[in-house]
Amino acid sequence: MTLDFARAADVLRGLLPEVVLSAAALLVLLLVAWRHQSPRDQRLAGWASLAGLLAAGVAVWWLWENGARAAAPGMVAVDAFRFATDALFLVAAALTALVSLEYLDREGLRVPEYYVLLLCATVGMMLMAGGEDLMVVFLGLELMSISVYVLAGINRRDPASAEAALKYFLLGAFASGFLVYGIALVYGATGTTTLTQIGLQVRTHGLEQGVMLLVGLALVLVGFGFKVAAVPFHMWAPDVYDGAPTPVTGYMATAVKAAAFAALYRVLSEAFGGVGAWRPIVWWLATATMIAGNLIALAQRTVKRMLAYSSVAHAGYLLVPIAVGTGAGSAALLFYLFAYTLVTLAAFALLAAIGRDGERELRIDDLAGLARRRPWLSAALAICMLSLLGFPGTVGFIGKWYILLAATAGRQVVLGAILVLTSVVSAGYYLPVIMALYMQPEPSEAAHAGVRLGRVAGVVVAAAAAALLVLGVRPNALVELARSSGSSIAVPAPLTAPGATPTGR
Amino acid sequence: MYERGVLTALLAWPLVGALLVVAAPARWAKYVALVASVAEFALSVPLWWTFQPAGGFQFMFDAMWLPAWGIRYTVGVDGISLFMVLLTTFLVPLSVLGSYAYITSRERGFYALLLVLTSGMIGVFVALDLFLFYVMWEVMLIPMYFIIGMWGGERRLYAAIKFFIYTFFGSLLMLVAILVLVVGVGQRTGVYSFSYSHLVTHVGGLGRTAFWLFGAFFLAFAIKVPMFPFHTWLPDAHVEAPTAGSVILAGILLKMGTYGFLRFGLPLFPAVALHPAIQAGIVTLALIGIVYGGLVAMVQPDFKKLIAYSSVAHLGFVMLGIWALTLQSVQGALLIMINHGISTGALFLLAGMLYERRHTRLLDAFGGLARVMPLFAATLTLVSLSSIGLPATNGFVGEFLVLVGAFPSYPRATLFATTGVVVAAMYLLPALQRVIYNPLDKPENQALPDLSLREIAVLAPLVACIVWIGVYPQPLLRRMEPAARDLIQNVRIEAATSTAVR
Repeated sequence: MTLDFARAADVLRGLLPEVVLSAAALLVLLLVAWRHQSPRDQRLAGWASLAGLLAAGVAVWWLWENGARAAAPGMVAVDAFRFATDALFLVAAALTALVSLEYLDREGLRVPEYYVLLLCATVGMMLMAGGEDLMVVFLGLELMSISVYVLAGINRRDPASAEAALKYFLLGAFASGFLVYGIALVYGATGTTTLTQIGLQVRTHGLEQGVMLLVGLALVLVGFGFKVAAVPFHMWAPDVYDGAPTPVTGYMATAVKAAAFAALYRVLSEAFGGVGAWRPIVWWLATATMIAGNLIALAQRTVKRMLAYSSVAHAGYLLVPIAVGTGAGSAALLFYLFAYTLVTLAAFALLAAIGRDGERELRIDDLAGLARRRPWLSAALAICMLSLLGFPGTVGFIGKWYILLAATAGRQVVLGAILVLTSVVSAGYYLPVIMALYMQPEPSEAAHAGVRLGRVAGVVVAAAAAALLVLGVRPNALVELARSSGSSIAVPAPLTAPGATPTGR
Repeated sequence: MYERGVLTALLAWPLVGALLVVAAPARWAKYVALVASVAEFALSVPLWWTFQPAGGFQFMFDAMWLPAWGIRYTVGVDGISLFMVLLTTFLVPLSVLGSYAYITSRERGFYALLLVLTSGMIGVFVALDLFLFYVMWEVMLIPMYFIIGMWGGERRLYAAIKFFIYTFFGSLLMLVAILVLVVGVGQRTGVYSFSYSHLVTHVGGLGRTAFWLFGAFFLAFAIKVPMFPFHTWLPDAHVEAPTAGSVILAGILLKMGTYGFLRFGLPLFPAVALHPAIQAGIVTLALIGIVYGGLVAMVQPDFKKLIAYSSVAHLGFVMLGIWALTLQSVQGALLIMINHGISTGALFLLAGMLYERRHTRLLDAFGGLARVMPLFAATLTLVSLSSIGLPATNGFVGEFLVLVGAFPSYPRATLFATTGVVVAAMYLLPALQRVIYNPLDKPENQALPDLSLREIAVLAPLVACIVWIGVYPQPLLRRMEPAARDLIQNVRIEAATSTAVR
């Protein structure tokens, strides 16, 4: 199916997932304006938004299955990379919504707008990751960010939640400023904001050493660095992750990050593929993020902060395939994003269940002896930890393996070695969770009395844990998907010599 | 049918057994586990007779696993891994039976983990695809980590995490090396494959990269062996682990390191392994291990710690035998690997039996046990003598072969290593004396019961093996000879050609 963007019907078709999801968001908004009194109404809003996500998923599948592509490049890409990331965002949003159903009830939060914001943020992500034009990327990013600012502070009675929202808003606005200024400079240098046009201008006019372009590129990188929480732009992440309601934290640590990574990859390879300068920068960002994220996570005592820093560390792993910048790199990026999203959402869902009276205060030691009381819940959490650690038999290992393979094939062996060495460090904070669960005696009989995973969340977690194990042994279908989707973005070779990378190998 | 399916069945059956153990009522768990592990052994026994003493891999099975990356599920055994597989299936039922009195809580979990561990160990020894090997190598870490951490002694958490991090560190670097190797070979031959046979035949011409790759493999294996100075995790893990954990750890897990050198370290990087400086370095470390392990064992007050350090010494002999690279020395190294599994396994079981009676492992707490426990004393004496390497026990054959084989290549080093045999007598005989001879002066020891029928059933097969291998090792030597000969030839030829190319 070839879409001609000169025709309105084809524009509609190409944007069908976004249109469907926006319509669903508006419908849910109408619904909650009309019925917002009882917890039952709130659950209704939740299920309605799940239906909307499902409909958008069908739209994505329909486009993907029919091999949709654009006749001429437009403002939004029509390629498998976009569909794969769309599917990822939709899955993450659906899992978040499912976990939130019981969480909001339990916390006594009566905020049906929650689901509307979730849908809006997801639309923003889809635009951001699919944007073929820096302006669309920016608009998507803003739509996503503003929705998530509100989500982070949705628990108005909790000062920590309010603080998280304000901090996220201030630093997010700052990051957006960097990004938009960078876009302006890039426009100044090339006269266009369309990604492929920028790439063309750079190649035809030999702009890869141009100061204005490089400064613009650097500012764009800083903006994205904030969004993916790469060191040294990660300062906001632990506090915000810590203060936000736990399902929202899971959503921020997975979908928001995935959207930023997808957009970053698209921008760098389509617009700046011919510019060698960003490769060493991303190389150093990846190295710093892996090292600092893992080391700081070691020092954390509460589970939620530990997971927050662990997600910073994983951002470092995800920067590796971008620094490699080959076709294998994009496939590895997509695969790892999927694996990481699945396991992180499951881990945060479990955390939400265990920390019934304030999961912010839940220390790792408080998990002691939980395996005796709640064997299934503990097993699921242990599987999540092993997958985050990248242990063979779980999908986390296949993800790291794929990144390592891409790094080795792309002659970035040093980066691969840093990745595995920092993974060893990460054993120092994932394993204590397992140790507490299984190897320490419970402090008292009633210590874990109230720990209960709700029915819906239980099904979600069980399915996610099973998927982690099954995909750890037979990831073939997912690998094929990542390969075919990843290769839909062509990566032009850098014009500068490959020796410009810091590895020098 | 047996030929093609046996190795996969050996891999899968313990997992089925683990599921059965978990599904069974808690008080049946140990019996189900025993039946499952005996069945596993029975399944593996025909390997001994159907194995053809010729070169090459047998009982091969090969299937596509992850086509996107050229990863296959390939399993097979040769004269080197055959014995490791048999040793595994032989020791597991004994350690299950030996745990009946020690493990009293969460029995289902313990026996299920032990069976999962079995599957992982078999996997390491039969894997002929580097990805499969790596996965198995890592996967068996987790059950061992839980066994130490959940059923271990007082400092179990420390010991468990130390064991995990040490091994994990080494193996992750090996993972990077495997990838670099496969990509390097792939770029030259156009075939990206993790298959062992493909890599071994096309590995030449890596140049200086080979040194780095060998270094990563070396680190992973040397930590596992453990070679001096990477051995510090071993005493902690051994002392804290429950009896079955120590038996498996010493009997099989340590052999994975030396097996790794034989299977991957030497054949994949012959030019590096035979580089004079590298050879000298490794032989020196092996010698230090032999003497240092023995000397440290001498001053240990704790019986299990003593055995743990004696393992460092024994494995030093194995490394010497492997690196001398003559037919006799390699055969001797293989024999020590088997003997160490049997004798040290038996020693740990005996130490565990003492601990179950007195809840202490300190040598000073005992004395004069020969009077109250004559059967126990006789067994401990025989096993200790075999561990020292007295002629007519299994220990002698292996060490003698290593020393004879190594003498032509390293006369001085061999001379030095011979002192290790003396040191072995110096730490085990006094310990023996302190435990079972000396006066029976402690009141707590005066009413200790002798070996029960169950304990006799655990020890009898081990004692039988000690005598059998000591008197008539020929059936073992005959089966390992072609594989050892092939290994040595291939390594020498490969090393010669690649030096010529350089």
